[in-house]
Order: sequence, then C-alpha cells, then structure tokens
Amino acid sequence: MALFNVFSKKKKDKLEEGLQKTKQSVFAKLSKAVVGKSKVDEEVLDNLEEILVTSDVGVSTTLKIIERIEARVAKDKYLGTAELNQILKDEIAALLAETDKGKTLGFDFPKRDVPYVIMVVGVNGVGKTTTIGKLAYQFKAAGKKVLLGAADTFRAAAVDQLMIWAERVDVPVVSQGMGADPASVAFDTLKSAVANGSDVVIIDTAGRLHNKVNLMKELTKIKNVMQKVIPDAPHEILLILDASTGQNAIEQATQFTAATEVNALALTKLDGTAKGGVAIGISEQFKVPVKYIGIGEGKEDLQIFDKFEFVDSLFDA
Amino acid sequence: MFESLSDKLDRSFKILKGHGHITEINVAETLKEVRKALLDADVSFKIAKQFTEQVKEEALGQNVLNAVSPGQLMIKIVHESLTELMGGEHEEINLKGNPAIILIAGLQGSGKTTFAAKLANYLKQKKGKQPLLVAGDVYRPAAVNQLQVLGEQIGVEVYTEEGSKQPVKIAKHSVKHAIERGYDVVIVDTAGRLAIDEEMMDEISNIKKTLNPQETLFVVDSMTGQDAVNTAKAFHDRLDYDGVVLTKLDGDTRGGAALTVRSVVEKPIKFVGIGEKIDALDVFYPKRMSDRILGMGDIVSLVEKAQEQFDVDEAKKLQRKIAKNQFNFNDFLTQIKQIKKMGNVKDLMGMIPGMGKALKDMDIDDDAFKEIEAIIFSMTPDERENPKILNGSRRRRIAIGSGSEIQEVNRLIKQFEETRKMMRMMTTGGGKNAMKMMHRLKGMQPR
Repeated sequence: MALFNVFSKKKKDKLEEGLQKTKQSVFAKLSKAVVGKSKVDEEVLDNLEEILVTSDVGVSTTLKIIERIEARVAKDKYLGTAELNQILKDEIAALLAETDKGKTLGFDFPKRDVPYVIMVVGVNGVGKTTTIGKLAYQFKAAGKKVLLGAADTFRAAAVDQLMIWAERVDVPVVSQGMGADPASVAFDTLKSAVANGSDVVIIDTAGRLHNKVNLMKELTKIKNVMQKVIPDAPHEILLILDASTGQNAIEQATQFTAATEVNALALTKLDGTAKGGVAIGISEQFKVPVKYIGIGEGKEDLQIFDKFEFVDSLFDA
Repeated sequence: MFESLSDKLDRSFKILKGHGHITEINVAETLKEVRKALLDADVSFKIAKQFTEQVKEEALGQNVLNAVSPGQLMIKIVHESLTELMGGEHEEINLKGNPAIILIAGLQGSGKTTFAAKLANYLKQKKGKQPLLVAGDVYRPAAVNQLQVLGEQIGVEVYTEEGSKQPVKIAKHSVKHAIERGYDVVIVDTAGRLAIDEEMMDEISNIKKTLNPQETLFVVDSMTGQDAVNTAKAFHDRLDYDGVVLTKLDGDTRGGAALTVRSVVEKPIKFVGIGEKIDALDVFYPKRMSDRILGMGDIVSLVEKAQEQFDVDEAKKLQRKIAKNQFNFNDFLTQIKQIKKMGNVKDLMGMIPGMGKALKDMDIDDDAFKEIEAIIFSMTPDERENPKILNGSRRRRIAIGSGSEIQEVNRLIKQFEETRKMMRMMTTGGGKNAMKMMHRLKGMQPR
C-alpha cells in the first residue's frame, strides 16, 4: 500500500503540473474580463458559470453564487483580478456549512461516557465500506477503541469486505453474516461496544437508492433500534456522496436526511477528475457540513475537509 | 426515470404556448429553459450548449409552419434531436467468436460486478449461452467473493485464481479454461479505476490487448454528473470500447450522463441496470429513452413487459368486459396481481405517457396494494361482481372487516369507478378520449 501511495502522490504532482496551464488560463480569462471595470460583466459571469456548472455546482447554486458576487461587487467595488478571485472564493466558501467544532477537531472527539456512534449511509457504490475502513484506521491511530458493525447484510460479500478492512486496520467487527437483519446487527454492535467500553462505533449499511421507500424505512428502523441501547445514538449520521455524482446528489441528501437526519457528509473519489461541486448546494441547503474527503483506495486516503482547499480545487482546470 | 427533465421541458414549452409562430425572441426564452433543464439533468455543459444551438437553428428554420402550434413543433424538434443524440436504433451485443469475450471496465462503484453477473444471467436465460465469469478485480477487498456469490446464485461458474494479483494473466488463463470446458462466452470483471490512474489504465489496456475481446463495455453510473465527459472520453482513448452500460437507472436520476456519454464517444448504450435483482437488466432503446425524457412515456417497453406476463386469453376476456362496462372488483384484483408480477409499480406507471409527472411525488412502494386488497377481500362475492350494490351499511361493514376507515373504502370505490371509466375510454375511444383520460388522471389525488 505504501508503494501505491508514493506512486499516486507522484501521479498527482504530475497532474498538477499539467493542470497549472489550464488553471492560469481560467484566471487569465476572468481577469481580462474584469480589469478596469467596476461591474462584473456578462463575460465574467459566463466564464464563472461554465466553471461552476462543469464542477457539478448546479444551475441554481451557481445563480446564487453569481448573485452574491454581484451584490458584493456593487457594494465594495473591486479593482482587479486578485480581489475578484478572493471575493469569489469567500462567497463560495460562505455557502459551505461549518462543522460544529471547526476543523481543528480532526479525527477526534471529546471524551464521553458512552460510545460515539457513527452510522454510515448512502446509495450503492459511493464507497461506504471503504470510507469506514479508512475512518477506523484514523480513529485507531488517534488512540481510540474502535468497533465496526457489519449491517450491510444484503450486497453479495459486503460483510467480507468490511471484515477484510477490519483486519487490515486491526479493529474488531460485529457480524451476523449475510442475510441477517441489519437492525439486529446494529443492536448487537452497540451492546458489545457498551460492554467492552469502545470509544467509537461505526455501523456500515447496505447501499440503497433513495427512492426505494421500503429500504429507506429500514434505515429509520436501524436508527431507532440503536436508540434502545444508547438513547442519543447515532450521534453522527454520515451520508457518503460520490464526487462524480451530479445533481441527483441533492435528491439523495433530501431523502436520506428525511429518513435518518443526516448530520455530516463525506465526499469520496476526489482523487479523480470529478470536482464534487454538488456538495456546496447540499451543504448550504441542509446546513450539513462536509467532514471528510476520500482521495484514494489506501487506508490513509481520507482527509478532514478543508473548505478553502476545496473551493480552490474547483478552479483547478 | 427522467420525470424531472420532462417536467422542465414541459414548462419551457408552455412559455411558447400562446405565440403564433417561432421567433428569435420567444425561442430564446424556451431554449434557456431547455438548456437549464439539460444542465439540471447533468448533461455536459458543452453538449447542452451545442444541443440548444442545434435546436434553435432548426426551430428558426421552421417558423413558416403556422399550422402547427409552436409548442408542438418545439417538442418535435427537441425530441428528434435528443433521439439523434442518443444514437438511432438499438445495437445488439456482439457474441461472435468462440468463446465470445466480453471485457468490463469502469470507475469504482459504477456497478461492474453486479452488471457482469446480470449479463451472465441474461445470456444464459435469454440467449441460451453458457457463460463463464472471470474475477479480474484482485484489488478491492472481497470483490472476488462478491462475484462468486453472484455466480452461485445464477448457476454460472466463476473463474478465480486465489492469491494472484495479476489480472492480465488471470484473464488469459480464463479463456483457456473456457475453451477446455466448452463455455461459449467469457465475461471478464475488472477492478474499478480512475481514468487518470496511469498504472491502472495501462493494466486494463494490457488486459484488452491480451484478450482481444469481441465487446469491451464501459460501465457508467447513471447518476454521474459533469465528469461523465472526462471519464467516458479517457476510457475511450485507452480502450476504444464498443458499448456503454448505464447502471442504477432505477433511481430517480434524470440521467443526463446518458446523453453526454453517447454524444462524446459515439458508442451505443447497450444495456441499462434497473435494480438490484439479478434480472434487473434491460437493453437500451434510444428512441424510447428520448420519448421518456420528453414525458411521452415508454409505451413499447410497457407493452413488452406486459406481454411477458399477461395471459392473452385473459386479456381478451378483460377487454370484452371493459367494453361492456362489466369490469368488477374481481378483475381489479386480477389486475393488481398481474401488475405485482411485472415488478416495481412506480417504474411501470412511469412508462405510461403523462404518468411520470403525476407520479413524481407519489409514495408508491410494492406494498401500495395491500390496503386495496384488504378492502376488496372484505367484500362478499356478490359485492365484488356488482359494485353498484355497495351502499352505506355495506361500506361500513367492509371498513370494519378490512381494518380501514370508511373514507378509505369510499375512496377506493370512487377510484375504481374512475378507473372503469378510463379503461372504457382507452378501449373504445381514440386520441381524444386518451387526452380526457390524462386530465382525469392528473386530477386523481395521490395518497
């Protein structure tokens, strides 16, 4: 894995180099259009629209951003590109909800009497199990006692996949095998966590499309059953979004929030060419912060979300 | 599937209504809406732009036709252009060769393994083939295992090499294995990979060179956003794939990625994944899909699906009954049973023209009929055959018997009457009646 990481780092550097040119030209275009003007003109807005829309920010959020910038420019008047770029980034970043404790929190949380329970949800193939493996690794590295719950009992070999991750990062996992009732697995996991004094519990769930009514009800049930063991569990409901997903992610967030009160987001597969811009609108609309980003398949490839870096990346290429 | 896009287009066409002919000004407004609708549907920015330009040119060229309403004309133009963009007629999978080799590639989580198993099942069940599945994803934890479990479910052998981390060799050996065992199709699953991962892209391009497959299929998640352009192109540059598989279409994504991929690489979409069940696979029909995008429904699919399940004699009998207005609650029950056999109710209803929009916010799951069935089961045989005799006291008894409220019983009986009327119109009348039916349907309250 270490070797793999070295390679991917090199690869990314190379990619950065390649992108540098495009990045400059984006800003060059923007600056050419604004120099010496006191108003953001059509050309700037068109460019901006293209950048944002092609990053999956979506038309309505893009319009919102453009309105904010126009308002800001009308008030402050700007002189050149540097200011515009800053205004742009500020305004976009302002849409992203803050985590309640800020980014200093890292992969840590305050010491508590009962285990901190994280329930991981999302549609099929977004990277739930992989993210759990990486989260477990980070929590363990931070000195926490971690327990995983294999409540994806539906997809072929999902339990095995989580088991392999648990072994890889050396944390225990509670499983009842394939086909078991996921709520029962979650219940068992929490019981076991309380009995063994775990610090953090992460419950994997089966991927489900958000328009499947029964499957969404099942999620609510899993959540409710957990509260029989720990009344305020789950403390964190982490919705995993694939960065390459387009506007449908908004509908995903809507439905998962309705079923489970999602309070954190993770954006996966950001090591590809997808920008994940749809997260901006979601974070703004639901006031849910993006907490983590996935940037590879290795156990270390999970980072704490940094909104300014994220906004910067929208303008990379 | 594409309800939201058709909603948007519908709305944009409304702007055109009330204008006598298409002018630069009124077409501009509409096209803005069309473009926004396409972008909201995740069609690539550039393609949405090209598309609206193209539509505009055609629309303006046709503004002499005063006979047709501008709205209808625009629908026609947009529809034709969409169909063209999606690529003409349906293209079959190429199974020439013995064994025929099919290589599957795509990003992580796009649904390659599930598709591989579905394809094996499809070829076995519908084409009488003897497929071999090959577990070429040696990286993702338990990926091999996943394919094995699926293979077992459908009774298809899965070729694996335990401990091997060399997919190129595994692929090569699997073909030898297939020839020895007399398999006529080899389906090679591979690991998910990012298009910018040079090593991994080299690997899959080596697999392709080694296998020289009849079909290389690129699997793409139908929920993919703007990145579909980059990924589809990058994979195409390296693999020159022959077809595209669109997965997770049972979701509510507007599916603009279908348009994007199709127009960027000009390769046909050969299959669509429409559920987690092993037989939830369909072939892709471009024309039907653009019908769907425009809310014109997918009547052909519906008819085919119905044909698979319906008893012809039964259907004829039913039609006679409807024509004579003798359709009763027993027939209603039979209908429900048949609909349930056909699969997901919401998907089915979505195929009926005009229903997509009406159903958008309706909460229909497969249990939707339970209550209805309970009520009908609480009726006497006489009542089921002659709904007319259902007076107040009978209704009260039925409500108690089925554990529902009297209002629910009333509502069901009312809906039954409506349905009966609609069905009569459908069988006896032409287009005019169909339109009336639509209005009636729209007026029906979702519950």
